[in-house]
Amino acid sequence: MHNLDAAGHVRGESQYLDDIPVQRGTLHAAVFGSPLAHGVLDGLNLQAARRAPGVVRILTAEDIPGENQIGGIVPDEPLLAEGHVHFQSQPVALVLAETEAQARAAVRLIEADITPLPVITDPRVAQAQGELIVPPRTFRLGDPATAWADCAHIIEGTAENGGQEHLYIETQGAYAYPTDGGGVRVHSSTQGPTAVQRHTARVLGTGMHKVEVDVVRLGGGFGGKEDQATTWGAMAALAAYVLKKPVKLVLPRHDDLRMTGKRHPYSSDFKLGLSADLKLLAYEVTFYQNAGAAADLSPAVLERTLFHACNTYFIPNVRATAYSCRTNLPPNTAFRGFGGPQGMFVIESAIAQAAEQLGVPAYEIQRRNLLEDGQVFPYGQRVEACNAGLSWQAAEQKFDLAGWQDEVDSFNNQNATKKRGLAVMPICFGISFTKTAMNQARALVHIYTDGSVGISTGAVEMGQGVNTKMIQVAARTLGINPNRVRLEATNTTRVANTSPSAASATADLNGKAVEMACRELRTRLLRHAAEDLQMNYEGLDIHDEQVLAAGTPAETDWEKLVSTAYWKRVSLTENAHYATPDLWFDQTQEKGHPFAYHVYGTAVVQATVDAVRGTYDVDAVRLVHDFGQSFTPGIDRGQIEGGLVQGLGWMTMEELIYNADGRLLSNALSTYKVPDLYSVPVVLDVEFLETPGHPNAILRAKAVGEPPLMYGLGGYFAIRNAVRAFRPDVRPAFSAPITPEKVLTSLYAPAKVPVATASRASTMAS
Amino acid sequence: MLQFYLNDQLVRPTHRAGSTLLDYIRYQQHLTGTKIGCREGDCGACTVLVGELRPDANGQPVVRYQSMTSCLTPLGNAHGRHIVTVEGISQAAPSLTPVQQAIVAEGGTQCGFCTPGFVMSLTGHCLGGAATAEDARASIDGNICRCTGYKSLERATDRLTAQLLERDAAPARLQWLVQQGFVPAYFERMPERLAELRVDTVADVAARTGGQLDADAARYLLGGGTDLLVQRADEVLAAEVQLLYGQQERCFIRAEADGRIMLGAATTVEDLRSSELLLSRFPRLRRHLKLVSSTPIRNMATVAGNFVNASPIGDLTIFFLALDAELTLQNAAGQQRQLPLRELYRGYKQLNRQPDEQLVAISFRPPTAEEVFNFEKVSKRTHLDIASVNSAARLRVHEGVIQEAHLAAGGVGPTPLYLRRTSEWLAGQPLTPDTLRAANELAQQEISPISDARGTSEYKRLLLRQLLYAHFLEHFPQQLALQELV
Repeated sequence: MHNLDAAGHVRGESQYLDDIPVQRGTLHAAVFGSPLAHGVLDGLNLQAARRAPGVVRILTAEDIPGENQIGGIVPDEPLLAEGHVHFQSQPVALVLAETEAQARAAVRLIEADITPLPVITDPRVAQAQGELIVPPRTFRLGDPATAWADCAHIIEGTAENGGQEHLYIETQGAYAYPTDGGGVRVHSSTQGPTAVQRHTARVLGTGMHKVEVDVVRLGGGFGGKEDQATTWGAMAALAAYVLKKPVKLVLPRHDDLRMTGKRHPYSSDFKLGLSADLKLLAYEVTFYQNAGAAADLSPAVLERTLFHACNTYFIPNVRATAYSCRTNLPPNTAFRGFGGPQGMFVIESAIAQAAEQLGVPAYEIQRRNLLEDGQVFPYGQRVEACNAGLSWQAAEQKFDLAGWQDEVDSFNNQNATKKRGLAVMPICFGISFTKTAMNQARALVHIYTDGSVGISTGAVEMGQGVNTKMIQVAARTLGINPNRVRLEATNTTRVANTSPSAASATADLNGKAVEMACRELRTRLLRHAAEDLQMNYEGLDIHDEQVLAAGTPAETDWEKLVSTAYWKRVSLTENAHYATPDLWFDQTQEKGHPFAYHVYGTAVVQATVDAVRGTYDVDAVRLVHDFGQSFTPGIDRGQIEGGLVQGLGWMTMEELIYNADGRLLSNALSTYKVPDLYSVPVVLDVEFLETPGHPNAILRAKAVGEPPLMYGLGGYFAIRNAVRAFRPDVRPAFSAPITPEKVLTSLYAPAKVPVATASRASTMAS
Repeated sequence: MLQFYLNDQLVRPTHRAGSTLLDYIRYQQHLTGTKIGCREGDCGACTVLVGELRPDANGQPVVRYQSMTSCLTPLGNAHGRHIVTVEGISQAAPSLTPVQQAIVAEGGTQCGFCTPGFVMSLTGHCLGGAATAEDARASIDGNICRCTGYKSLERATDRLTAQLLERDAAPARLQWLVQQGFVPAYFERMPERLAELRVDTVADVAARTGGQLDADAARYLLGGGTDLLVQRADEVLAAEVQLLYGQQERCFIRAEADGRIMLGAATTVEDLRSSELLLSRFPRLRRHLKLVSSTPIRNMATVAGNFVNASPIGDLTIFFLALDAELTLQNAAGQQRQLPLRELYRGYKQLNRQPDEQLVAISFRPPTAEEVFNFEKVSKRTHLDIASVNSAARLRVHEGVIQEAHLAAGGVGPTPLYLRRTSEWLAGQPLTPDTLRAANELAQQEISPISDARGTSEYKRLLLRQLLYAHFLEHFPQQLALQELV
């Protein structure tokens, strides 16, 4: 089945935030952001802007009727700056004007009086100065301190990864208007409607019941609209509430790039111990997370880095420590993978360095240390139904890894100016919100008297196809045609207290709730049929809209069944609540059972480097992925392809550059490059691994949103291997993204010495 | 009066000629299928088709459709043309057009925000493109999708390529496209409708532009808009502008009697790319121009715009510097003077040009059979990106001796550079690794790169060396090997 939204998309009829017809009297908002990254906000000169054509009002922190606070995990983030500014482009004032152009023109007339304070962009500097968002956390297994003595080889090094701009093609935005009874309705491009509702209520100083948030769909999210849509939703709502007028705020791309947080850059130190037969014995790692100026979701991202610090390998002795470091960059936030990719990049770097020092292919080390059932993750959860070995073996055989490596070697022997590299990237990703309480969802299902069905959940459609999945679940459970089912816009008045659409868990959580509600309705309807038609309830079924009694058609079908039930006053509405079973986590011990299940897979990646120019192509990615029992294979394949390419982009060309003043230099699509059509691998094979799936997964189809992004790490190591095919004496620093600049610099590095560690991503090109 | 067809509707906007077509479509006409992604021509979410009346090979008037990003299209450039949005395509079929069907069938849409742009680019391809996989992919090379990873969209283009082979077998292309539901029936009436409009528009354009730049320097002269509407959008939107559009006499490519080639200033990059004359003199032209922006931008951007925007990294500027192109400038009084391109730049974004002077033509001597020409460009992303360093070379080598060399390089100084000393020194030198190493030493003295978002100065120096070598390695692989050079 295709994505059911696709027809509207290709006809240009699907409605996004900026497409909502504008009400009479709507004001347009533009945001004035701090010109400096850190300082004391002594005052604002608004005179000229107030006199500018079309300007109706300029709002600052003083105009907030409730609390000036939108921090999600830690209350450390004002909606509008007050007293201090902590990052460049931090929202300070909101201009309301009759047109968007007028509002933007007036923003340029605002002057801020700021006494500068020192700017920190490097997380290690922040850590050294005690600038931490939350206390550091450490996950432990065994005892590395004593294990080093048993190691035949000990490898030490550092790894750096850059951030990543979400670059959802639809920018952030909200459209708010006052409602009857003193409330406000907010159309928001958000993954977390409840977060927008909660924080807007706080800012307005009113109850959540007076704030309605509605989301039709997003033009891309990727985590960037999980917590960071709240700012714009609350701002539009504030203006609508104060001015009693409809207010529209859609960020121009350049504002979106400068004002919003991104994937976290990390700087990390690793120490890895191996036995003589290449078993991983001990691993110590310290992560310095560049959190930016406020907590946002950083503590949760940090936690997931620790959960995935060992990727898909078993290491008996582990100590993983993570610091969330406060810097003067925009608050970094969720991004597909949510800290997992950063953790995995370090262990893969450590393995690559070990392989180079020991003169073996990295995949020899990877293969010998894959997780197996009965082992334990550093966070205490037992390894169960593990497909690490299965997916590796399937990839090794289907793609003839040995033969492929021979081809690459022979290509390299025959070519002087082009070199190839091969890398294997196995993954293991835990599915669930690591904050146990968030693993709950509700669904509200109405059957209308004509047999059509309307469903509301907390899931937000952002391209991942969750609407189609919900419709499939409902249609299968009720035994009816999917074209009878409609997914309503996500709205806080229909389904309340929702978790954001995130953590790959949206289809599982909301789907289970839909399934429960539909099962209950189906049971109720069949009990009605049994009574109405004097049939034995046992053995009744609905299949293809026909009621079956012990397998043969009964004298009623779906439409009749629904209609007669209504006249017998049977409720045709059901509300269900689902909470993932058996989850717990004890943060005092850093042990528990945080994940409903794990997703596995193995990718093989080939890259070719042009040794004259330092450019490269990722030629081929062939992967085996553990989908479980996919019931929407087209959608799931699309998640793999899209996630992989997004991961490749992060590892290769996507480079966020801030200067020492905390100013973003890659501040436009002309300087921040994401993959285009020509930069994706020519060959991209996705093989479905035959597995039974997991009972905690919706219809046994495993979550598929985030895991594929991490296959992209293979692109980094394939390119690096190609560089080393040209220069075996050079060991390029582990520094992602591996841009053409880094490749060329490594290809022509001075002989026989390691390339100096590149300066941190956050301060490059200063 | 500004007038054009928007889908099947004649419209007469009263908005400024320098305002964007995108804003008019979305916020005046409320056609919201055209999306805003970046407003700088880098994402393609706002792609529309722009149809222009042209005689076909038999002299019959037909409408040629090109994809353009409406965010960078001055509203005035729509004058007399047929602008098509996704709404104007969707009415072709009761359910979905073949382009839309192909995207749906292959799962080529996820969040859907970029999708109308892809639909428009691919529909434009079906109207005029070659039925090859390469051309189909090229038609969407200016569309960014953040969700799908493009493979599903590639599969969709392959489906279309198979269908387009039938199109090419059909007796009447447009009729076939209408019958198959690619475009609505009203497309068949557009040549006639645009011809009617033309009676008005020709006189109109002449009156508005007069072929001369107004002496009032506060105005902007807008060509394709692909630079000015990125760099100075707010100023241009608020100002009175003068448009280059409609000056047919500024849009030509022809061989002169003396063997030189002359281009009109309004010639677009796509015009270069599709010129048989140029292709015969530059066998690698398509490969070189594939490195320059994207299909919709190549459809809009003019050669003269690339020169006068004076970016130190202008791809075409570097290309033509190595050809020693000569410019014709014309002032408000109609007086003309000649100026070598090498003398156009005085400093960063400073031109050797009077305020009322306008670049009207470009001429150059094309490479002879004894010469080779090469263009190199390296950027963070290979396509639709701005170079870290680019370079062009025109070389004549005879019996192992470099007879003549002309080297140009961008991104390594405040202006696009012709490497005069290096080029002069190379003449008469043997084609050996020692010569190239020495040439690099000289070139390094001629350049002064700075560190910025496109690379550190050290990287740009190294990259220039490599591109210098690449010119020779590309054309003389038998005489030179990379290992001997580095």
